[in-house]
Amino acid sequence: MASEAAVSTGLPKVQAPPAELEREPLVHHNRSLAWITNQVAGVAEGRTPKWWWPAFLISACGTLMLFTMVTYLISTGVGVWGLNQPNAWAWDITNFVFWIGIGHAGTLISAVLFLLRQKWRTSINRAAEAMTIFAVVCAGIFPVVHTGRVWFATLPGYLIPFPNSNGIWPQFRSPLLWDVFAVSTYATVSTLFWYVGLVPDLATMRDRAKSKLRKFCYGLFALGWSGSNRNWSNYEKAYLILAGLSTPLVLSVHSIVSFDFAVSQLPGWHATIFPPYFVAGAIFSGFGMVLTLMIPLRSLCKLEDLITVRHVELMCKVLLATGSIVGYAYIMEFFIAWYGGNPYELDVFIKNRAADPWIFGPMFKVDPAPYWWAYWSMMICNVISPHFFWFKKLRTSMVFVWIIAGFVNVGMWFERFNIIVTSLHRDFLPSNWGMFSPTWVDIMTFTGSFGLFMTLFLLFMKFLPVIAISEVKGVTPQADPHHPLGGAKGGHH
Amino acid sequence: MSDIFPKWTNSLPLKVGIGAALLGTFALGAVWYYFTPKYTRVGYKPTQPVAFSHDIHANQLQIDCRYCHNNVDKSWFSNVPAANTCMNCHSIVLKDSPKLELVRQSYTTSKPIEWVQIHKVPDYVYFNHSVHVSRGISCVECHGQINHMDEVYHAKPLSMSFCVDCHRNPELALRDPKDVYNLDLKVDAEKQLKSGLKLAHDWKVNASQNCSACHR
Repeated sequence: MASEAAVSTGLPKVQAPPAELEREPLVHHNRSLAWITNQVAGVAEGRTPKWWWPAFLISACGTLMLFTMVTYLISTGVGVWGLNQPNAWAWDITNFVFWIGIGHAGTLISAVLFLLRQKWRTSINRAAEAMTIFAVVCAGIFPVVHTGRVWFATLPGYLIPFPNSNGIWPQFRSPLLWDVFAVSTYATVSTLFWYVGLVPDLATMRDRAKSKLRKFCYGLFALGWSGSNRNWSNYEKAYLILAGLSTPLVLSVHSIVSFDFAVSQLPGWHATIFPPYFVAGAIFSGFGMVLTLMIPLRSLCKLEDLITVRHVELMCKVLLATGSIVGYAYIMEFFIAWYGGNPYELDVFIKNRAADPWIFGPMFKVDPAPYWWAYWSMMICNVISPHFFWFKKLRTSMVFVWIIAGFVNVGMWFERFNIIVTSLHRDFLPSNWGMFSPTWVDIMTFTGSFGLFMTLFLLFMKFLPVIAISEVKGVTPQADPHHPLGGAKGGHH
Repeated sequence: MSDIFPKWTNSLPLKVGIGAALLGTFALGAVWYYFTPKYTRVGYKPTQPVAFSHDIHANQLQIDCRYCHNNVDKSWFSNVPAANTCMNCHSIVLKDSPKLELVRQSYTTSKPIEWVQIHKVPDYVYFNHSVHVSRGISCVECHGQINHMDEVYHAKPLSMSFCVDCHRNPELALRDPKDVYNLDLKVDAEKQLKSGLKLAHDWKVNASQNCSACHR
């Protein structure tokens, strides 16, 4: 692909390799290094685009709604939510697992794909990591506020262990406490990783800044980055170490979230398949959300040359792979419920989940399950929808991919709702059975959490480079000394 | 860069870091010391409507605790006596003392004296006096040397760890039930451990440590 445009920039004496041997480039139209800087930094520097304000206004209203609902909850009590025995967990933990899962794409892209030298990660990692942090922020709200008296949740050792005048410690044998550590470690490492990666770009923003205030703000966080050899060498080491630290987190965080369920003995929760199934589901949902955000972002910010169709296609392939694992897990869970021979577990799957009024209910000769619609929403969104991505034509249609990504988001929310509510609402004692329905506070809190998520994301794209400028430059042919276009050939550098 | 950040700012992050660490440690220490019942509750000594002295009654006159708090070994609640209990003696002793005006008033009108409660566990804590005193936990364990107090004050923290510590090691406080109201009894630590273990065994003291023991 050594195009004619490149000839003007240098004097490539070496013959370009045949076009068919080169992969499709990660940066289209052979954009120069300066163009990349201008284009990415320009998103945060230029005039605020017109669409940004209404988007921000709506998101900010959502955030306000979330805070109002949380205040109402804390001042009144958890009774304002629809959950009650037997459904002691409902939307609160559903939303927590939903948001935490979304974060996993960021860690996978930033850490695992980095260690595996997947160069295509460079143009999506920054935004995916930002999304991770914002999702963790949204996730963190729910387990804290669902304790009701939140000051006890954080202060005298419900969640955070420290010696206190109550003379008690949290239960170290409980996965709920492991979860506190898993999620807080995850939040810390993700934020550090994101920030370290930002430093060189913050220095770029600082150097380009026109006003004193911008110069000061970017300069403060650029930590005096000068782009020296030593800076880069330290940076690369730190980045590699953080990538190494984050990699186990991709597996550990959602494994531990799954222990919240799997360690208990409730049929529908007590399954050994949960940890891998949750991890695959988390990555699946995370990539769903990355696509939901990236497809509008690339066209609204004119970043199509950096976040190319190939990037979207590759993400679709990840969706296909993880979606297949998730589908396999659903079916295997069902199979084990039958094969394990435990009547209670089989009942959860048939009588509480799968028995719809038309096909499976009559087939198993049982009444329709009260939540059959939730189970089948999940199955359709998560098991069927990713399989459209076997076709290249569909993978490369942005509108279609965006719609399917939406289905994935919906499906993954329903997955958690299914696991939590359908297992809880009918336990061993029929006299204890009861349905869950959300109250307006439940609904507005959940909707509000999207507002917070979007507010943070919009602020991120308004003030920070949405693409890792320095890293994208590193994967262009110009940066490769062995490439006909790259290095110091021609003596122009 | 130097136009925004002069050279002296190079050491600023380190200084800020050290400062924040010191401040954090200080704040932590302050919370640790000032925000626990050991500080907030110990020493609380409100002025009571009648200047009743436990020192005179329980120490000098050697009146048994149960003469006034006569339900302490039968009920969860250690009752404060009505004025007629006072008048058993004070209709003869100091019968015209102005200090006892309120007691006489209460006696004639049957309106209780409004004592200020000092020892108080939260609403969500269930505490039973009788089970403690009948199994060999003396008044002094929670109320301190009340027989030497001229005015009653909060002597022990009564925090949750105060309760839980004793429930974890009851042998350090258990005494022969006949000595429960002997508030001046002194036992040396070694003997206490030995006798405490024996008493715990003989009396089948099973100080519950689960949440619902107190939070019912």
